[in-house]
Amino acid sequence: MSLHTISVLVEDKPGVLTRVAGLFAARGFNIDSLAVGPTSDDGLSRMTIVVQVENKPLEQITKQLNKLVNVLKILEHEPGEAVERELMLVKVRGEGEARARVLEICDVFRVRVLDVTHNTLTIEATGTPEKLEALLALLRDFGIVELSRTGRIALARGDAGIKERGRRIRVVGPGAEEWTGGGV
Amino acid sequence: MKVTGAQALFRSLEGEGVDIVFGIPGGAILPAYDPLLDSKVRHVLCRHEQGAGHAAEGYAWATGKVGVAIATSGPGGCNLVTPLADAKMDSVPMVAITGQVPTPVVGNDAFQEADITGITLPVTKHNFLVKDANDLAQTIRAAFHIASTGRPGPVLVDIPKDVQLQEITWEWPDGVDLPGYRPTTKGNLKQVRTAAKMILEAKRPVLYVGGGVIKANAARELHKLAVDGRLPVVTTLMARGAFPDDHELALGMPGMHGAYPAVTAMQKADLLVALGARFDDRVTGQLSSFAPEAKVIHVDIDPAEIGKNRAVDVPIVGDVRDVISKLHAELKRRQDEAGGVPERGPWLKTLKAWKKDFPYRYEQPADGPLKPQFAIERLYEHASDAIVVSGVGQHQMWASQFWRFSEPRTWINSGGLGTMGFAVPAALGAAAGKPDRRVIAIDGDGCFQMTAQELATSSTEHIPFITAIINNAHLGMVRQWQELFYGERYSQVYLSHDVPDYAKLAEAYGCVGLRAEHPDEVDAVIEKALSVTDRSVVIDFRCDPREMVFPMVPAGASNDDIILGPEGLRPVNDPAEAPVA
Repeated sequence: MSLHTISVLVEDKPGVLTRVAGLFAARGFNIDSLAVGPTSDDGLSRMTIVVQVENKPLEQITKQLNKLVNVLKILEHEPGEAVERELMLVKVRGEGEARARVLEICDVFRVRVLDVTHNTLTIEATGTPEKLEALLALLRDFGIVELSRTGRIALARGDAGIKERGRRIRVVGPGAEEWTGGGV
Repeated sequence: MKVTGAQALFRSLEGEGVDIVFGIPGGAILPAYDPLLDSKVRHVLCRHEQGAGHAAEGYAWATGKVGVAIATSGPGGCNLVTPLADAKMDSVPMVAITGQVPTPVVGNDAFQEADITGITLPVTKHNFLVKDANDLAQTIRAAFHIASTGRPGPVLVDIPKDVQLQEITWEWPDGVDLPGYRPTTKGNLKQVRTAAKMILEAKRPVLYVGGGVIKANAARELHKLAVDGRLPVVTTLMARGAFPDDHELALGMPGMHGAYPAVTAMQKADLLVALGARFDDRVTGQLSSFAPEAKVIHVDIDPAEIGKNRAVDVPIVGDVRDVISKLHAELKRRQDEAGGVPERGPWLKTLKAWKKDFPYRYEQPADGPLKPQFAIERLYEHASDAIVVSGVGQHQMWASQFWRFSEPRTWINSGGLGTMGFAVPAALGAAAGKPDRRVIAIDGDGCFQMTAQELATSSTEHIPFITAIINNAHLGMVRQWQELFYGERYSQVYLSHDVPDYAKLAEAYGCVGLRAEHPDEVDAVIEKALSVTDRSVVIDFRCDPREMVFPMVPAGASNDDIILGPEGLRPVNDPAEAPVA
């Protein structure tokens, strides 16, 4: 199994999230995370979807996504070709001596403490998914009270924005053809 | 000019050139039914929303135009789900209009409320909920544009009651604004050239023609390509009529119950040119052993179909008519340069021999019982110019096998979804769309009972057609599988020859009811049926329940293991060994 990150530019219309999520479910793909928010263009939203890909190729799902009328563009991020970040809020136990050790870890990871009580600390952490996993692994020793993550967001490296990038869909096979356009 | 949302709806439908709609009124769609009285649009009052939906499909199949169905909220919309799913699977252009409870109570579990855009999301090409009547005209335009362009399909427009009553200033939009919807219609020339080269080099090519050729109105272009390139043609269940069955290059229908020459030609081919076809499991059989030696050129307007089931050597995305025209021109140019059509004598000779040696066959004993194939063959002899509509099951396969199609849009059926009960309402829609053509529904007794109420619509709306029931007293295809794969353990498949009395039922619905029980009676009954022009006719052909559909490739088996007739069967007594559907 591997995780793939896809950015999807969509029209901000009612039901568009259901359409996109439903498509993954109907084709038997598991969504690892899905983050959605407005863009710099009025009426357009951007989704970042991390999807578990096992045996089935992702090609079929990106083609089906492209057929959705509200989907404007899809970008499949190759590993290393995108910057990816995630925000996490975590409430961890930290009584007495433990508090100092938690703070020490926070210092090492350069993350902020947002709230402290006699018993717990609430921490804000931003970073790559790998960094957040590493932080969580250490914090688990103290006992995690609750945890909330935004899911990954990503932008491709380089000059071009998603709108300038060619809307290319690849077809498998030796005579592979690329074409622009979308919606079927 | 001030109009209500309901008036805007009908102005928009008129603007889209709609001349007929099929529907049933109800609470939440009531405001729309008032301006209908003043509209040029004809409304056909169906007896069930499923009937209205299939009628819209039948109309679309027969005419090539967008079929329209109207229903109320809640149960009305829910009853449209099956026709919408059917239209999605078979790429039928259709627009469904549903009423919705008023916007202030949406989400309150109001009377007859159902989240119909949510429910129909996976079975429509797209759907809309109109929250402001000012968006209505634009939405209807978009719905018709999406339904009829690209890969056609069903679109639903849900209109709350208060939006239908809202007063707005009428304005007809110039066009549609759909930035995310831009189907690729022009085939890539470079790919077309590669494809033409491959066709020229092929020794055993087959044109694998699917429903897309009918949808794209590309039958004439296909004919030129096949004839000028000397390329044999198989027409799938969705494409019957795209190429004339009596042509020497026609091999018939491929697939689970296809003709031996069609199935085997694909198995032995070194090149498959798939035109608007989707390598459905009913065509390929076991995928891993399907057409093992064939390279594949795949032409489709939907890129998601290309490479979905079968790896492709030359993918071409585009409107199949555009691509076939380009392919024909390119092939012709290359053939002229090379001094003629490539020598494929042995291949064409083999195919000709298969056609002669392995036709569809059955035996009609002179003293009965009446065989379904005989009834269908006689119907064809008497009414070969008819538009044929079928339901789903044995009768569908026999109709497709024994009717000799010669032109597109004369065969209408439920292919992908396999919707029993499709035939009667779809025939109603086809007859409404083609009043100058004779329409014959060849139906099963099981199918017929699912939607027979639309015969009442046929009578009261004066839309006559003939329904020929292949009455074998059973859910015949299920019975066939139980006989073959479940050790003849018949479970819940017996329906009865006599209940209901189909002739009397027909009379009760205001139609003419006829019956043939013996082969001798068949011709007279058909002649009688054809002499009736002012009313619908139902013929009850009481057929032999034991007759099975052959050839057959058992589900999941390889197309190499095609069974030609009952003598080729290997008994399966252990249900665990039965193939998976």
